[in-house]
Amino acid sequence: MVELNNIRKTYNKGSVLAVDSVSFSVSEGELFGLIGPDGAGKSSIFRILATLLLADSGTASVNGWDVVNDYHKIRNNIGYMPGRFSLYQDLSVEENLEFFATLFGTKIQENYHLVKDIYVQLEPFKDRRAGKLSGGMKQKLALCCALIHKPVVLFLDEPTTGVDPVSRKEFWNMLKRLKEQGITIVVSTPYMDEANLCDRIALMQNGKIMSVESPENIIKDYKNELWAVASPSMHTLLSDLRQFELTESCYAFGDSLHLSFKTKNENNRTETLQYLESRNQREVEMKKINPGIEDCFISLMQQ
Amino acid sequence: MEEQVIKVEKLTKRFGDFTAVDEISFEVTKGEIFGFLGANGAGKTTAMRMLCGLSIPTSGAASVVGFDVYKQTEDIKKNIGYMSQRFSLYEDLSVIENIKFYAGIYGLTNKQIKEKSEELIERLGLHSEIKKLVGALPLGWKQKLAFSVALIHSPQIIFLDEPTGGVDPVTRRQFWEMIYEASAKGVTVFVTTHYMDEAEYCNRVSIMVDGRIEALDAPRKLKEKFNVSSMDEVFYMLARGAKKAVI
Repeated sequence: MVELNNIRKTYNKGSVLAVDSVSFSVSEGELFGLIGPDGAGKSSIFRILATLLLADSGTASVNGWDVVNDYHKIRNNIGYMPGRFSLYQDLSVEENLEFFATLFGTKIQENYHLVKDIYVQLEPFKDRRAGKLSGGMKQKLALCCALIHKPVVLFLDEPTTGVDPVSRKEFWNMLKRLKEQGITIVVSTPYMDEANLCDRIALMQNGKIMSVESPENIIKDYKNELWAVASPSMHTLLSDLRQFELTESCYAFGDSLHLSFKTKNENNRTETLQYLESRNQREVEMKKINPGIEDCFISLMQQ
Repeated sequence: MEEQVIKVEKLTKRFGDFTAVDEISFEVTKGEIFGFLGANGAGKTTAMRMLCGLSIPTSGAASVVGFDVYKQTEDIKKNIGYMSQRFSLYEDLSVIENIKFYAGIYGLTNKQIKEKSEELIERLGLHSEIKKLVGALPLGWKQKLAFSVALIHSPQIIFLDEPTGGVDPVTRRQFWEMIYEASAKGVTVFVTTHYMDEAEYCNRVSIMVDGRIEALDAPRKLKEKFNVSSMDEVFYMLARGAKKAVI
């Protein structure tokens, strides 16, 4: 459904490399995630696929249409939700939806089944101006507007950035339901915890793809053993473990530290506990854990 | 007796018949890292604007580093630091120009500006970058610089509004190490975030729902109280009950 081959994009006369030889493909009906921080190149890729930006080199296509030669077809048949809120703030909820339907030569009624689940939540406020909606509601309306012409593929650029955890969960539930209706979705996010909800993900950093896999396989590919360590004094625990000779890496993860060792060794745990005791750490808890996507991302970043 | 640098008592803000902040009360201790959480629309920004002297409350009382939020808003502004993901540095000024600009705004003398900027550049290891435009720096550096600049006038409190949005996982953690350092030096840190793992790094956390503070305690105690294993679940349980937050 979506294909990229060696796409490269620079800005400022070649001085800033935004997308560095990126290739991947997305199958029909897939929920595909671009995961990475600001500056990873996610938005540039979306803009190239939405035919709003020309790549320096490489080829890309959407539903078989080339992003350069067939841009007209692509524009008529995709839904694109940019990173910045881009609806008309001084039109009402209903007016915005009507406007986008008309623009694509259709009517709200024609594809209402696609947006119904989402739109019923907005309906009580249909006369409210879009600019007066909360962050979560704005995103729901933008999703409706991107869907109303029944696109073959949906491009969503950071739809959940700045949205609170509860609204984020709701938004992802909607994406799941759209996927069940057969819509191909490419979505980007800086929140690593959302990666698990995709069929496959591309982990991106500085314009490059570090890995394209299902979330399960990315976790399976994590080579090291990972330990969670906690004590009542987390801040000193972190600096102690950073100085420990067996430590490969150590990072704070919520209420514990995630620790990996340079080499696999049965005695790692015992030696760590002895070392921490010598550093006057008391009530240390240490257990082996499975890595998450964020652990994998950090580990790939450092390779 | 520990020193309270923020004292809030039944603080309320109404816009017409809409109550954005509804009689919230809490205190923040010197050097504390205080997490201020809530769903979009729960009233966090309105509350924070009142504490920064940018919005006058409808009723209730509050003081920030000893200054009254009704009458002494200018004193408040001079004595706090503020940084957000959206507003921090000027992209088309160089590193050194940004530092001097902010130091000047906060009324530091030329001698102080010279000392402070040298110290800051030394600490961040930015010697070779001082003439670069801030827009050309990687996001992680920008954030560290923005944080340091927000502390340039040695405020007793720094307000951080979603400071880590969009950065990579390693930079996000390095940023929190800077927060810990500032807190260890006695700076009070008042921080909002949508990353629930970051809520765990705070000494205490408050969760706002529909304009009210529904929970306020150390993360460990909140998890015990709600009998769950993560702050994410605490947040979910409280915020799901919200009535107007989704509007």
